[in-house]
Amino acid sequence: MNNEWPLWEIFIRGQHGMSHRHVGSLHAPDAEMAIKNARDVYTRRNEGVSIWVVEANNITASSPSDKGPLYEPSESKVYRHPTFFDIPDEVGAM
Amino acid sequence: MYAQMVKSAGTGVKSREEMSEQERVFQDKIDADIKIEPKDWMPDDYRATLIRQIGQHAHSEIVGQLPEGNWITRAPTLERKAILLAKVQDEAGHGLYLYCAAETLGVSRDEITEMLLDGRMKYSSIFNYPTLNWADIGAVGWLVDGAAIMNQVPLQRTSFGPYSRAMIRICKEESFHQRQGYDAIRKMAEGTPEQKKMAQDALNRLWYPSLMMFGPSDKESVHSAQSMAWKIKINTNDELRQKFVDQTVPQAEYLGLSIPDPDLKWNEERGHYDYTDPDWSEFFDVIKGNGPCNVDRLATRNKAWDDGAWVRDGLLAHARKKRARNLAAE
Repeated sequence: MNNEWPLWEIFIRGQHGMSHRHVGSLHAPDAEMAIKNARDVYTRRNEGVSIWVVEANNITASSPSDKGPLYEPSESKVYRHPTFFDIPDEVGAM
Repeated sequence: MYAQMVKSAGTGVKSREEMSEQERVFQDKIDADIKIEPKDWMPDDYRATLIRQIGQHAHSEIVGQLPEGNWITRAPTLERKAILLAKVQDEAGHGLYLYCAAETLGVSRDEITEMLLDGRMKYSSIFNYPTLNWADIGAVGWLVDGAAIMNQVPLQRTSFGPYSRAMIRICKEESFHQRQGYDAIRKMAEGTPEQKKMAQDALNRLWYPSLMMFGPSDKESVHSAQSMAWKIKINTNDELRQKFVDQTVPQAEYLGLSIPDPDLKWNEERGHYDYTDPDWSEFFDVIKGNGPCNVDRLATRNKAWDDGAWVRDGLLAHARKKRARNLAAE
């Protein structure tokens, strides 16, 4: 049997009010140890106020070859950005 | 430096005509500074070379704990002890960041660990030199971490995303390492004549091994061209070595210590210091396994791995039992 500890992806909330951000990964036997290890590996200098750990094989990722079909449709929709519309100066802040 | 003489897989730099369509797209991305991510297509040789390089870099961080760990219990004050402990803990962290980056290329942690333990993979030659006294600990932080920074700062821009991100994290922490070392050796250089003598002696012994960290001279560096085309090596060995010498000489002067190189002098025309190359036969000998501490370092790592087996297995068995219990309760 493979006795390697599973891989966990680590997400850290850097400050109150921010979202959790992926910072890296580590090996741990279970979620509880993954949090303890993440504390030592990724927050030695006050980098976090909260930690999420997710076992890496539970993450489903998009594939690089899907880049076209996934993201190209939004490229042609410039009207989704507010700067698409000219608002006369006289109208004031909007 | 931390990765010395990494042998590039493959037959050397290919011309555009020799490249396949996929290889051309890949090289264009690298030339345009677009990062390569683990799931992107990459040439097998790029993958193999990176595993060797990142692996060697990671092993260096881990083995690099040994010469310093040796002095944690013998640090001269409680403050120095706490600082050294934090520094050595950082090195463990740096090893872990890098192992994870290597694993994204398809090698498992156990595989890469075993390759270190049975000698198939190398770590930096510098860690095969002993740390004989407290002055050495200061010199290691100042010189060895200083040389590491020289190499790692440009590697933040390396083409492989996970490696680049690990380097960025590491560089943020590395400056503390060099400064604490300089601070420790400064204390000795400004201390009693005896302490100053120890500081000078540490510099004498560690100067050339530090210069060796950058790897052989460019004339003998056969693997550089391909690695540079792939942007997994950014500067040549001699470029980085020169930069290190130029930066370090004034730091030694400030301490009132002299670099153990009678031919060292400022070259106005070049705008750099002229210096003597290390004894390359010694370097190749250490790489081959004949340095003062090679046997000892590997034996220590092997013992740690073997002695830790019951902890790794025990925690895993506990985790599996707990999961089975939770499933049964659902």
